Amino acid sequence: MSALLAFWASHAEEFWRLLGQHVLLVLVSTGLAVAIGVPVGIVAARRPRVGAPLAGLASLVQTIPSLALFGFLLPLPLVGGIGARTALVALILYALLPVIRTTAAGLLAVDRAVLEAADAMGMTSRERLLQVELPLALPTILAGIRVAAVVGVGTVTIAAAIGAGGLGDFIYRGLAMVDPTVILAGALPAAALALTLDGVLLALERSVGRPGHARRLRWSAAGALVAIAGGIVVAAWPRPDAIVIGSKNFTEQVLLGELLAQTLERHTTLPVERRLNLGGTFICDRALQSGDIDMYVEYSGTALTAIFKQPVKSNAAAVLDDIRGRYASSGRSVLAPLGFNNTFAILVRSADARARGLSRLSQLAEHAPGWTAGFGFEFLERQDGYPGLASAYGLRFREAPRVMDLSLMYRALAGGQVDVIAGDTTAGLIAALDLTVLQDDRQYFPPYDAVPVVNAATLLRHPEIRAALARLDGRVTEAAMRRMNNAVDAEKRDPAAVVREFLDALDRGV
Amino acid sequence: MITFDGVWCRRGTRDVLNDVSFTVLEGDTLALVGRSGAGKSTALKLVNRMLVSDRGLVSVAGRNVLELDPIALRRQTGYVLQEVGLFPHMTVARNVAVVPTLLQWPTDRIEARVAELLNLVGLPASDYATRWPHELSGGQRQRVGVARALAADPPVLLMDEPFGALDPVTRVELHAEFRGIQSRLRKTIVLVTHDMQEACALATRIGVLHEGRLVALDTPEGLRSSREAAVRTLFDAMFDGRVPALPGMGEI
Repeated sequence: MSALLAFWASHAEEFWRLLGQHVLLVLVSTGLAVAIGVPVGIVAARRPRVGAPLAGLASLVQTIPSLALFGFLLPLPLVGGIGARTALVALILYALLPVIRTTAAGLLAVDRAVLEAADAMGMTSRERLLQVELPLALPTILAGIRVAAVVGVGTVTIAAAIGAGGLGDFIYRGLAMVDPTVILAGALPAAALALTLDGVLLALERSVGRPGHARRLRWSAAGALVAIAGGIVVAAWPRPDAIVIGSKNFTEQVLLGELLAQTLERHTTLPVERRLNLGGTFICDRALQSGDIDMYVEYSGTALTAIFKQPVKSNAAAVLDDIRGRYASSGRSVLAPLGFNNTFAILVRSADARARGLSRLSQLAEHAPGWTAGFGFEFLERQDGYPGLASAYGLRFREAPRVMDLSLMYRALAGGQVDVIAGDTTAGLIAALDLTVLQDDRQYFPPYDAVPVVNAATLLRHPEIRAALARLDGRVTEAAMRRMNNAVDAEKRDPAAVVREFLDALDRGV
Repeated sequence: MITFDGVWCRRGTRDVLNDVSFTVLEGDTLALVGRSGAGKSTALKLVNRMLVSDRGLVSVAGRNVLELDPIALRRQTGYVLQEVGLFPHMTVARNVAVVPTLLQWPTDRIEARVAELLNLVGLPASDYATRWPHELSGGQRQRVGVARALAADPPVLLMDEPFGALDPVTRVELHAEFRGIQSRLRKTIVLVTHDMQEACALATRIGVLHEGRLVALDTPEGLRSSREAAVRTLFDAMFDGRVPALPGMGEI
């Protein structure tokens, strides 16, 4: 609990900003869903033949899992892209069903005798709707709006995956860092927000359920309208041309995004906006292409195989040349590598390495027959994993390699259950557990050099970006990256603070 | 004032009204009596174009209703419903003010008219204007319904089983009030009821509908001597105990 309070205290500004975004997204999406859903609900009640298919479509949308819906929307023009706009579209689609349903149900439930009276008094159908039907259906419609708003609070947390902001930012960051405190920092206020909204709308619903509500209702409606209109103005207010930095959703990527952001903040006067934790490679690439973000850090091998769908290559320089050309043809520039290569790492205990003078993979064959290896399932199966490695370096272990869970492998090696494992070159535990990476001297593993990929137009507009990021060229070594990963993952420190220390040291020339 | 001339009304394969003709003179009260499904309510709704006939002519004040704007026609025609149909989200005063408001009368005129009408139906405006329909008894609700129908001072008043849902004592009370109001206002009234006693108590003339046909049309006294089977059945029902003959007797 105290850890949670400390986190909120140290992230107060961010917390209020995310909470504000969250509330705004819910209000604006619910407001627009009401503006669309109530008229549709009226049509549905009046003309079932038109309304039933519309309501059916709305319930179909409801069955699509929200993450999948965001995925469908991402590549669409106008509504797609990362950020609040796509999230709004999805949120509105979700909120429509309850609003349409309850509007239609509320209207259909109005007493026949009352409707007959309205007709007999000589009301036009418009007068009947506005003076009799809608006021009587109002409590039911409000119940639908309440459901829509409360569901919206939950869906907005998921929208953080596509860069819409909101409290989901903390949740995703916490998941990426495996830090329950950060998850709770987002989840608890989101739950509280849902309960509050539910309570407020329920009270409103009860109060309009009693006669004599007209004045109260007018005030509440006016209040809600002002809030929504204000929200739209704030959301649409032209912001200075900020440089938007993205990242994927794991610790190292968040650190790298923070690294780009802080470097620009230190060495340029450009305003910087962070859109970290953006889901996977696909979303980041989409966002960069559509101009929703200006830059993020990609890995050369990932760009080659996952983005450009090319076969694996082992020469690091060749891979960089290749992707540089491919990125350039779609208007994006690959800057100089940051310095580390996040590829597979064959690891041994540092004590063993020192005792046997072991530093290169080509030396491993000599010791392998006396050792036991532990590998992840994927590494054992992949053609560019163990089978290829064994033939490239002529490895034969004492027994067949054990299949191990990735998270346990490092501790199994440190604890002596196995003698060789295949991990990640930048894993924080390498430093923490005093392990040694054997150098891939026959260049068996494909290179995954970390490179900033930047929107070329942005670079042209702001040449100082290239100059500022050039300070990072080759400075982020594997050891440095490992230390930073370890600081966040094992020591639970704040990524921004960890990056600040790193840059301080870099600026001092350490 | 109101004329039906050879009116047919068909619902599906059934003739709800079959060649019905009658005239209601200005200031008269015509009661349409008959069993459920005899076509009484249908005939009533043809007058203010809530329904439209398939054949024949319905005219009000000498004009074919099909040539009139239905909205304007309804605003000039008072209507009291079977189940009252007060708007539950409006106060008594606003319920009474519905038609004048639709006609966009000035506010002070509406207020004065509402007070006048509430006093007329025995619900002093000072006590009842701000009450809600659910706070009233059945009899009080029905009085508000009558006040609402009279609000814009329509020459024609249509009443569909207006006292059907009330207990016998209240009903007889309201009958007396109805006669009092009618003697002052002299509206042209068409009243639908299944209760011959109510018809005799309120109407100047009674039309008996049986399976869509108008089988008798006469004054209450003239009708008592009728030999028509459907009429006799209705009179018999009056005395067989299902409908109390006198206030304070019968089921009590």
